[in-house]
Amino acid sequence: MPSPVFRTENLSKIYRSGEKNEVRALDGVDLTVFESEMTVLLGPSGSGKSTLLNILGGLDQATSGTVWFRDTDLTALQDRALTRYRRDHVGFVFQFYNLVPSLTARENVQLVTDVAPNPMRPAEALELVGLGHRINHFPAALSGGEQQRVAIARAIAKRPDVLLCDEPTGALDSKTGVQVLEALNTINDRFGTATVIITHNADIRRMAHRVIRFQDGHIAKVEVNDHRIAPHEIVW
Amino acid sequence: MRALDLKLMRDLRRLWAQALAIAMVLACGVMVILMSSGLSAALDETKRAYYERNRFADVFVTARRVPESLMREVAAIPGIAASEARISGNAILDIPGRPEAAIGQIISLPLVGEPRLNLPLMRAGDWPANGSLDQVVINEPFAEANGFVIGDGFYANLNGRKRWLTITGTVLSPEFIYTIGPGALMPDAEAFGVLWMSRPSVAASFDMQGAVNNIALTLARGANEQHVLDRLDDLLEPYGGLGAHGRDLQISHAFVQTEIDQLENIAYVLPPVFLGITVFLVNMVIGRIVALERSEIGLLKALGYTNWDVSLHYLLLAGLIAIIGIILGWISGAWMARQMGEIYAEFYDFPFLIHRMPISSYLVSALAAFGAATLGAANSAVIAARLAPAVAMAPPLPPRFRRGLLNRALEALRLSQPTMMILRDIIRWPGRAALSVLGLGLATSVLVVANFFDDAFDAMIDTGFYQSNRQDVILALSEEAPLAALEEIRRLPGVLQAEAQQFHPVTLRHGALTKRVSIEARMPDADLSRVVSDDGTVVVVPPGGLALSHRLAQQLDLRPGDTVQAEFMTGTRETLSFPVIATVDQVFGLGAYTDLEALDAALRRAPRLSVANVTLDAGETEAFHAAIKDTPALAAAVFMSDNRRAFIETIDENQNIMIGVYGILGILIALGVAYNAARVQLSERARELASLRILGFSRSEVSYVLIGQVLLLAIAAQPLGWWIGAAIARLMTNQFSSDLYVVPLVLQPATYAVASLTVLIVTAVSLLPVWRRLIQLDLVAVMKTRE
Repeated sequence: MPSPVFRTENLSKIYRSGEKNEVRALDGVDLTVFESEMTVLLGPSGSGKSTLLNILGGLDQATSGTVWFRDTDLTALQDRALTRYRRDHVGFVFQFYNLVPSLTARENVQLVTDVAPNPMRPAEALELVGLGHRINHFPAALSGGEQQRVAIARAIAKRPDVLLCDEPTGALDSKTGVQVLEALNTINDRFGTATVIITHNADIRRMAHRVIRFQDGHIAKVEVNDHRIAPHEIVW
Repeated sequence: MRALDLKLMRDLRRLWAQALAIAMVLACGVMVILMSSGLSAALDETKRAYYERNRFADVFVTARRVPESLMREVAAIPGIAASEARISGNAILDIPGRPEAAIGQIISLPLVGEPRLNLPLMRAGDWPANGSLDQVVINEPFAEANGFVIGDGFYANLNGRKRWLTITGTVLSPEFIYTIGPGALMPDAEAFGVLWMSRPSVAASFDMQGAVNNIALTLARGANEQHVLDRLDDLLEPYGGLGAHGRDLQISHAFVQTEIDQLENIAYVLPPVFLGITVFLVNMVIGRIVALERSEIGLLKALGYTNWDVSLHYLLLAGLIAIIGIILGWISGAWMARQMGEIYAEFYDFPFLIHRMPISSYLVSALAAFGAATLGAANSAVIAARLAPAVAMAPPLPPRFRRGLLNRALEALRLSQPTMMILRDIIRWPGRAALSVLGLGLATSVLVVANFFDDAFDAMIDTGFYQSNRQDVILALSEEAPLAALEEIRRLPGVLQAEAQQFHPVTLRHGALTKRVSIEARMPDADLSRVVSDDGTVVVVPPGGLALSHRLAQQLDLRPGDTVQAEFMTGTRETLSFPVIATVDQVFGLGAYTDLEALDAALRRAPRLSVANVTLDAGETEAFHAAIKDTPALAAAVFMSDNRRAFIETIDENQNIMIGVYGILGILIALGVAYNAARVQLSERARELASLRILGFSRSEVSYVLIGQVLLLAIAAQPLGWWIGAAIARLMTNQFSSDLYVVPLVLQPATYAVASLTVLIVTAVSLLPVWRRLIQLDLVAVMKTRE
């Protein structure tokens, strides 16, 4: 049994807009994510998946409860320490790629390698996602799948301990989506990077070690896959 | 290069037009700082070096007749380092080939060696031979203006005899950097010259054997100038001393120093306008970029960049714009300072010009520019730092429009939807709209100021020459003469009218306040030289009373009804008290006016004149000139047409430069503000405007929303611009006015109209590139991009 990388206890996040308007995005969540596993978060819109991912990644603060990254209590960290945590340990992949349009593929990856403590070369990261031949292209010259793979290269270039992916295939067709999932799978296999993927696509769950289903800010169910399938077997 | 720095450079390249527009406004501020401080430093340094090398005196005094033996006592006054006694006087000159008479100021050279103080700098030729009576050295501009070469000569009316003087050399003198003749308003090198002659020759000409009438002194280090002045005045009083004074009242020095001070003042008045506009433009543009790059900011933070890294990124963008502005400003400022220096070198008679731009000017201007850019970007940098990464990555909430009172009022007007969009946007972001109005208003104000000089100088010329001084010639007599002398003047060929006038050097005293001025005394029915107040009425001073120019009254804290003491420095040196009966706005000098006959009665003497104002029959001017060249009792003849021409030429030249510089500055401001306002609008509303197009609005209807809003703000800016322009003009009249002349605050409606029209046209032109972008909007692409 691998050791836990993330552990939450009674984690809640409440958004207040206006005086009486209160949205409980997370409501007392207890969850464990394990080292070197691929974990898929499933659930309808507004069920709290993205909120959880943001808190795990140090992008957002919980309203109450505790989050441990290994032995560190993330909820106790101030902004400066959270920045350091993101810089040293976390890789993000977003649905809309979030590439800087004025930087080439290589330079977008370089954004991370410039500040990370022990990064790989940008070209190496891009080769890992199969984009060794497109490193000097600007985002506008890349397809959606290519852009997302640049984003993955950017996320893994720092050799993160965890890779957090928010709907990485959400904006892609099935063919390019599979390429992206292949890339994520490769990273997880080769580096043993704990990977958390949010998705709407229930089929993707079959490539994960563990699947966590969300409903209205609660965890509805946790499943463990005995038999994982390869990304190219996934049908959209 | 770090990836973030690469992004910075590429952002700058993408924004080049906006960045350049801001940089140019900033460059104007840097340029003005550099030009004015560089030029004032150059003039100051040149003046200092020239004074030092040629031993310019610290103290000057003129007296009627001082026995030479007294100089020993003068030199013994504590605090005096060196002294030079001279004989000086004016004479009418008859220059071959020039119909008009010219005036010469004659200064004696020491018997042995060269002058100890105020040493003229030999430019060509040599000093007069020792003991020569008819050799002369003249100031170089006079020689050049009249085409003299060494060996040429002219006649001078010396002590009733017309003598031919031969030029042996030309010089420049630290006493005559600004060379202005008696009664003249501007230098006129052709009509006024300075002549240095051997002491015996000058003494014979002015009946000054064994005596002097002009003393110059330098002070020892640490000496108290006022003590020296007081001692000198005591010592010279029995000899008709006209009051010792320091450099501040030495005419040439006063003009040069005023110019230097004005240049320094410009460095404080104008640059803040440009820096302020830069703050606003940077704030607008960087603010928009931060809004557009929300998700990139979130991303950078997600990647582990600190808040400071992100803030610095946007501050650096502003810093790069500042660097462009600084480089442009430094280049243009250094160039302008040099060009203006050349113009000054022509206007002022310096033998050399030290162009030395102080390093501090570069530093101060750069610091100011960086300060403005940083201040402009500060707010956006803080916003970028404060954005929580998770919030930044989510799309921004749509701006909240509220149905406030103003909106309800708008709805009641039943305006078209595009008009509503314009007005709602202004109501929604009133601060930004107000700043755009302020920016465009400042552009208008700078243009108002540019043309204000035209109005002011027109008014000066009108009141100075056509209302107050309507004579053709002012004849100054060598000695005061009985009124009967006027009859002789009337008999000169071509003279139509001749009127008597007196000038008395006095010290006016009111309580502890004193001021050394000339009292002008006129006949009550004087028609040629009149006191005209700013509303155009002629002021006739009742017998025994004194009218004062407004500026003089202010300096002495006098109001009509007060009494002022006048200590006469000539004749029997009496002290009379006058009631102040009126104060009048005057353009030239510090006037004090009284009635001639009453004054002479108070001085217990028959009416006299020292100056005659004359009008001429245009057909007989040549005969008149020929006659006065041979009239012995005249010390000077001032031709008002020459005077007016010199004034207008000088003013015109300065004014064209002013209008040019201010005009360009105003246009650049309008360009920078209007272009950026429209560009930011387009960037913010691209989706909204594209939606309108998709909904079936025509290109011109969509253009109307964007162009209309900026033009509406530009129109709203005009009254504000007029008001600010008038305020700056008022400030400038104060700064440019001196005891020599007062710049009146006159602003014609046409000045406002030209300024506004220029700003509106420039606004329209700067909207063109934005409009082209707007009509070429790729509707599909715009709608596809994620907000």
